[in-house]
Amino acid sequence: MRISNSYIGRSMERTEDLRFLRGRGTYLADVNRQRQLSAVILRSSVAHGRLRRIDASRALAMPGVYRVLTAKDFGAEIPHIALRLQPLPQLEPFHQPMIAHAKVRYVGEPIAVVLAETAAIAEDALDYVEVDIEPLPVVVDREQAEAALLFEEHGTNRAITWKAVRGGADAAFKKADYVRRARFKVQRHAAMFMEPRGFVADWDGQKLTVWGAAKTPWFNRRLLAASLRLPIEAVDLIEVDVGGGFGSRGEFYPEDYLIPAAAKLAGRPVKWNEDRREHMLAANHAREVECDVEIAATRDGKVLGLRGQIWSDVGAYVRTNGCVGPRNVAQYMSGPYAIENIDLTSSMLLTNKTPTGTYRGPGRFETDFVRERMLDLLAADLNIDRLELRRRNLVADGQMPYPLASITPYDSSTELDSGDYHAVFDRCLTDFGWENKKEFSGKLIDGYYHGLAVGSFIEGGAAGPKEEARLVLETDGSLSVYLGSCSVGQGLETIMAQIAADATEMPYEKIRVLHGSTTHVKEGYGAYHSRSTVMGGSAILLAAEKLKQKIKLLAAKRLGCSAEQVLLDGERASYGNRTLPFADLSTAPVEVEAEFLNNKQTWAYGTHAAHVAVDPGTGQVKVLDYMAVEDVGRTINPATLHGQTIGSIVQGLGGAFLEHLVYDENGQLLTGSFADYLMPTASDFPKIRSSVVDLKRCPNNPLGAKGGGEGGIIPVGGIMANAIADALRHLHVQPMELPLSPPRVWALIESAKSQVEECSKSRPEALGEPRDDGERQH
Amino acid sequence: MKVEFELNGKRVATDVEARTTLADCIRDRLKQTGTHLACEHGVCGACTVLVNGEAVRSCLMLAVQAQGERVVTVEGLSSEETLTPLQVAFRKHHALQCGFCTPGFITTAHALLTQEPRADEERIREVLSGNLCRCTGYVPIIQAVLEARSAYAHKDYHE
Repeated sequence: MRISNSYIGRSMERTEDLRFLRGRGTYLADVNRQRQLSAVILRSSVAHGRLRRIDASRALAMPGVYRVLTAKDFGAEIPHIALRLQPLPQLEPFHQPMIAHAKVRYVGEPIAVVLAETAAIAEDALDYVEVDIEPLPVVVDREQAEAALLFEEHGTNRAITWKAVRGGADAAFKKADYVRRARFKVQRHAAMFMEPRGFVADWDGQKLTVWGAAKTPWFNRRLLAASLRLPIEAVDLIEVDVGGGFGSRGEFYPEDYLIPAAAKLAGRPVKWNEDRREHMLAANHAREVECDVEIAATRDGKVLGLRGQIWSDVGAYVRTNGCVGPRNVAQYMSGPYAIENIDLTSSMLLTNKTPTGTYRGPGRFETDFVRERMLDLLAADLNIDRLELRRRNLVADGQMPYPLASITPYDSSTELDSGDYHAVFDRCLTDFGWENKKEFSGKLIDGYYHGLAVGSFIEGGAAGPKEEARLVLETDGSLSVYLGSCSVGQGLETIMAQIAADATEMPYEKIRVLHGSTTHVKEGYGAYHSRSTVMGGSAILLAAEKLKQKIKLLAAKRLGCSAEQVLLDGERASYGNRTLPFADLSTAPVEVEAEFLNNKQTWAYGTHAAHVAVDPGTGQVKVLDYMAVEDVGRTINPATLHGQTIGSIVQGLGGAFLEHLVYDENGQLLTGSFADYLMPTASDFPKIRSSVVDLKRCPNNPLGAKGGGEGGIIPVGGIMANAIADALRHLHVQPMELPLSPPRVWALIESAKSQVEECSKSRPEALGEPRDDGERQH
Repeated sequence: MKVEFELNGKRVATDVEARTTLADCIRDRLKQTGTHLACEHGVCGACTVLVNGEAVRSCLMLAVQAQGERVVTVEGLSSEETLTPLQVAFRKHHALQCGFCTPGFITTAHALLTQEPRADEERIREVLSGNLCRCTGYVPIIQAVLEARSAYAHKDYHE
């Protein structure tokens, strides 16, 4: 007998790399069908207005233009995009129609679909479609939130207010020694994965096949089938190689309906592949929040409570997962700290901008910026060491499971499951070298002010309700693993093969993983909320047990013994001296299915620390060192997890310093290219380190793993702002708004300098008082 | 318009519109789909190919401009049997996740190391800063290119 496999925990090189590295991936742009038409979408150039008239006659006269489809072509009633998550009836008025018909509410909203023999002809034809829109007043921010109504019949642009509550915040604030209030802003930015979205749809008269699925194919299939009034079985969504997701790709967008519907209307296959500018207008934006929050604490720095208000600018419609960020920013503000009293409201405000959805660490990036800033403000005010302050407040091992604030409506409660938060905190400080670096804090060296910061975070993962795996022992003795989990580029084929190899004890090379298409399993859920490894992996474990039982039963008949007497070694069944290779087991494939059910989130957690240097002349910030430590319970593939963490941190640095979707007062996006929307490049952040520890296995799934795909991004904004505040503490600079672009940091420095000068003239004793936009009391 | 050039070592001839980019020509007419388009405005570098050994953004070059030139894509830098040293290093260091930007990094890094096999880390970062990757954070890509240098320094390793 061979020794059991032990692929889990090994940095296996990835299977998918063999094709990606040679340029042999099949991404959506590489999929083509015979007789295919190209679709290009005509989008509103007006942020808010009434659609008066569309005249496509000149476009239709152009050679090669096949049809121009507008709302009336898609039926008397235009279907709307239902919410995938938090599907509350009171949000139905704000669902996006698949195509604009009466009004347009953001620049980029689809108005017509041009079908032509080539994409170039379709793009030419766009210029000849005449659209008459009567402009209406435009709402682009909270200040003018009621200047015009996006949905007149609703009477307000506030879609919903979430409430996160734990304990009794008002009583806690009354008895607190210390209360401080502050306001924060996080800017609109987005996931911005590299492969533009696209679909190829083919309707053969009975069956609709759509290539280009990602993230949530089964939900999208149901919604598409319902919108087209087709039975679910008549629709299949096929996942090909996917060039990044980060929460944004794969949600149901208008194009998810328009392209298949166009194929059905045209009677020919239709292909659509967005360009970058279109992506920036059409795909979900994220993160834009304002927070007005108070923190209460005892004199010795024990945090007693958080309360306040949060406003999320969700754009023109509430999209499939548009509630997740606004909910999370309230529910998870306490993070890894034991804060017993919470009372936060989070309102979703509609504006004439691109609708929003999740981007890696939704709501968590924003809320961690607020919380970690508040903790450093508190530490400075109470003259407590900021490490000590965090140690006093981190949830202790003995407090697990630790409940977080509950949220209403669409009530949900959750509790931190396990962990040694203090151990990981100390480990990060050690790996970072805090003791050696702390002398740099606030120092001016060669023209740069140096600063340090540390912060801890929690990362929710593994959302239920379930995931499905189907294992097929093929007649050649190989194993096919079909999964409801999806790939967005995170290495699913490799990781799932590692899990399947250990679970079945079959050779790793004999396992192939197929995922993400509705043809693979009856019901799947997909790749969101850092759930693929835990949910799909656990389903594989359950299916593997069933498969082994089934193999034993089949082998028992052939070997002349009982199933219990059969031994398996991953390639053969045996009884005594008699062996039966799996390839000879049966003339038909041996197939099992299993579902892993889960109603508890996994809670990975960790600590990051950073060392920055600020150029006071330009406001430029150099990240000299960045260290991340995270406990994910049980690591399947250290290399891919490390890769997720590093990549996620650098995305977070993009959000902290660079990335900003800027609108003007007319609702026009000013940053519609990669030349305007700046993302991190290879020369920006050279020193990023991470280590992963497996301290506490997750008690809630058979793998013992916790979702770990998002943790890297969560604390980055807060840590960068705190490090800059530390570097510039002689000036009392307190960053309260992201991104910390050079102009913003420079302006903070200049304004702090002038205030210091003024104070030193008039009230020298006031120098010790913080002068941010908040207020405080002792 | 007719255009003829050498693509990955083979003479190719095809008809294109004057406005057709080299990227669209390679992908749509010549069916070499390893070259990817992610921005089509010359910033992201995913579509980088080699023209006479120089790294070029094929979304910013017209197909007709390639007349008579020598064009190499990621397919031309790959072999059936084994991975090249650069590809081995990318795989070993987990320098790719979704893989969409990867062909552009392979072609750009190949052009750099062919010309400067001893490029230091700063130089590698500088050259690769013209290519966007959203997954990896670049750290492993730099490690991979650093490691691949030895193959370019020691061997007559040219496309």
